[in-house]
Amino acid sequence: MKKPSLFRVERRPVVPGHVVVLVSILAIFAALVAAGIFFEAYGISAIRAYQLIAKGALGSKLGLAETVRRAIPLLLCGVGLTIAFRALFWNIGAEGQLLLGAVAAAGVALFSGLPDVLLLPAMFIAGFLAGALWGLIPAVLKARLGINDVITTLMMNYIAIYLVEWLIHGPWRGPSMRGFAYTDKFPSAAILPTISWTRIHWPTLLLGLVVAVLAYVLIARTRAGFEIRVVGENPEAARFAGISAFKTTLLVMIISGGLAGLAGVGEVAGIHRMLLGPTRISMGYGYTAIIVAWLARRNPLAVIVTSLLFGIIMSGGDVIRVSLGLPFQVINLFNGLILFFLIGSELLMHYRISFSFRRQ
Amino acid sequence: MKRFPGVVASDGVNLGVRQGEIHCLLGENGAGKTTLMRILYGFYQPDSGEILLSGKPVKISSPSVALAHRIGMIHQHFRLASTLSVEENVILGVDEGMGPFLRLGKTRKRIAAITEEYGLSVDPKAKVWQLSVGQQQRVEIIKALYREADILIMDEPTSVLTPQEVDQLFTTLRILVDDGLTIIFITHKLDEVMQVSDRVTVLRQGKLVATLPTSQTDKPSLARLMVGREVVFRLEKNPPQQGEKLLEVDRLHTLSDRGLPALRDVSFEVYGGEILSVAGVSGNGQTELAEVLTGLRKATSGRILLGGKDITNRSAREITDDGVAHVPAERIKMGTVSNMSVRENLILKDYRHPPFCRGIFLNYKKAEANAQRAMAEYQIAAPSDSSAAKLLSGGNIQRMVLARELSGKPRLIVAVHPTYGLDVGATEQVRQVLLRQRERGAAILLISEDLEEVMELSDRILVMFSGRVMGILDAEEAETGEIGLMMAGGRREGVRR
Repeated sequence: MKKPSLFRVERRPVVPGHVVVLVSILAIFAALVAAGIFFEAYGISAIRAYQLIAKGALGSKLGLAETVRRAIPLLLCGVGLTIAFRALFWNIGAEGQLLLGAVAAAGVALFSGLPDVLLLPAMFIAGFLAGALWGLIPAVLKARLGINDVITTLMMNYIAIYLVEWLIHGPWRGPSMRGFAYTDKFPSAAILPTISWTRIHWPTLLLGLVVAVLAYVLIARTRAGFEIRVVGENPEAARFAGISAFKTTLLVMIISGGLAGLAGVGEVAGIHRMLLGPTRISMGYGYTAIIVAWLARRNPLAVIVTSLLFGIIMSGGDVIRVSLGLPFQVINLFNGLILFFLIGSELLMHYRISFSFRRQ
Repeated sequence: MKRFPGVVASDGVNLGVRQGEIHCLLGENGAGKTTLMRILYGFYQPDSGEILLSGKPVKISSPSVALAHRIGMIHQHFRLASTLSVEENVILGVDEGMGPFLRLGKTRKRIAAITEEYGLSVDPKAKVWQLSVGQQQRVEIIKALYREADILIMDEPTSVLTPQEVDQLFTTLRILVDDGLTIIFITHKLDEVMQVSDRVTVLRQGKLVATLPTSQTDKPSLARLMVGREVVFRLEKNPPQQGEKLLEVDRLHTLSDRGLPALRDVSFEVYGGEILSVAGVSGNGQTELAEVLTGLRKATSGRILLGGKDITNRSAREITDDGVAHVPAERIKMGTVSNMSVRENLILKDYRHPPFCRGIFLNYKKAEANAQRAMAEYQIAAPSDSSAAKLLSGGNIQRMVLARELSGKPRLIVAVHPTYGLDVGATEQVRQVLLRQRERGAAILLISEDLEEVMELSDRILVMFSGRVMGILDAEEAETGEIGLMMAGGRREGVRR
């Protein structure tokens, strides 16, 4: 005779929204606990480290402003990635697409000779197009030849990194920079306004918020969004319904790459005011945005929240570096752990434990 | 007892099987036959209850334990390694070789003994992929006998066989039983129960309804036990009102996914108001035919005319717009998007036409109204039109697909295995729907492996074998035996029209 079991693990047919939120929060919490072990291994109290991060990123006006300015590129890249991920295109290349946007913006700012009023709009347009083009290459390779999108988008990042390196060491090196590997400073008409004493380039922020709403409308309310979802959820059904996977793939990568390109424009026109080393332009925004989009469960509106969360982690990373003497890369540890626990929690979300006291 | 999330799949079933009998387990899809057998074979553990073998309680915790208790199982979809030879498949996992070496010599002798004793002729050196489906099944049986099974569980063993192969299988089963083996034979076909079994157990919704000696029952009473109500065996079908020629297929050729010829020189016509069935053992080009006709596969040569208009190699979308509906074989994998709502699934093809779209936007109000209408008309049982399609049962998914495909009053309907895996009620309804479309004057191409269905519904029957048309018969004059011969490759002359 079998003993009556106290509880049983069952698969949920549908995962309700509150469970998704709860499980996501638990995953972040688990990642914080796991990262805490590393702090302790460094001989630093984990609790103190988190206090410092919270205080640094949220406790002062300056910290809050840094959090927001870090969130801007994450927001733009993250929204784009939700669209790509909806169509099951694994765009790991937002980093490179962002850099191409930065390159295009710098090119327009320094060499176009456009009248001042047109300069910033032209930079954003060029940045979008450059990012989109960089995203289109892997899109065509996948849709026409079936070449793995993860590998191509990732590799395109390295090409973008070395393209930037080459430009700032070679043809675009600024004559006024005394041999340093930067371009010249942008003319003042090519520099984005910021909120008084902060580094928040508000036009890009505004753009990001508008884009998040538009992306949501696109996915939820339009024909193109319907097609994107069908292709992503069931490519066979898309083929059956006569929806072109080719066109849909190109569309999502134009959007995804283009938005990452816009993020690049914001960084060089709003923060650096010149083109400089690729790791200084981006600090891994394109990679972090993958986690941002995933934590948002591919919902563009939710990216507004998750990009802020990772803004906190990134500006907290600055604090850790300064106050505790740890390398900035510690935030990569955070990011990695959060992604790890998030993906792990995907599986958990689909199950529930039910307690039963039935006998036989 | 076995529970799955939300459903009790097998509920307080007391099944007793005697040594040396063929015991049929009869029930509709979802009645719990396969669950019960998977418990016996150690795939699932019962939540309560026990299994007795020769009076002794046993705990079957895995298939290997089942094997140790001499229980063998032959799955509906064979578990063979197709690139290996027959003998290699037979010893897979039970080889008594020396270290890393196989001991094929001894194996061969035993296989030869088994094949000879039971008339299971098959070349032990042949690779499995070279064998016909019937021969592959024999390999599965040899495998079980090689493992010295005393009890053989067979899950819907006839679903992939021609009528002749079925007869051969039944002969083999008789010899096995005479030799003392016990066979549990899972099926939902009444004819087979009457033909082969000694006793029969009927399951309905996970519960055991009755166990009877086959000699003391008949088809209608078994059907009543299985479904729980009276079943109509013949559909009301009016004489054909043959209309104009709607589909003309002329010397069509195409390739399979593996690049091999899948259709060879296929020519036929379908008229408005008639049902032309395509009969054949699965994998003889039927799927490819449906795909070429609906624009999902390219023809390598030949022509397809729809109402006189050439639609060869046009896109799926153009062909849909020309009035061709497709009820796909893979109704879940291809016909629906499981994670999207019923409402959205119902506009999967029409979303880009008014009223469901306005410019670049979708009109969800209209989609909702459409869903309400379709759910009422086709009796689609769903929690609501916004619930995900994956929550629907197989029958309701098929009703949803039909509602969508037939909404535009199509001229041609290509229906592939439209009732496969559905319960009796849903099957009846799907067939009624097809007959209503026929009355309306649509041309219907019905691709089915269910001969009973083919005989019942069609006006004419086209038999395919190895990508060729073996002949087209008038349904009134056709006989199962003759169709069976053609399904196995015997060509019939002079019946084309």
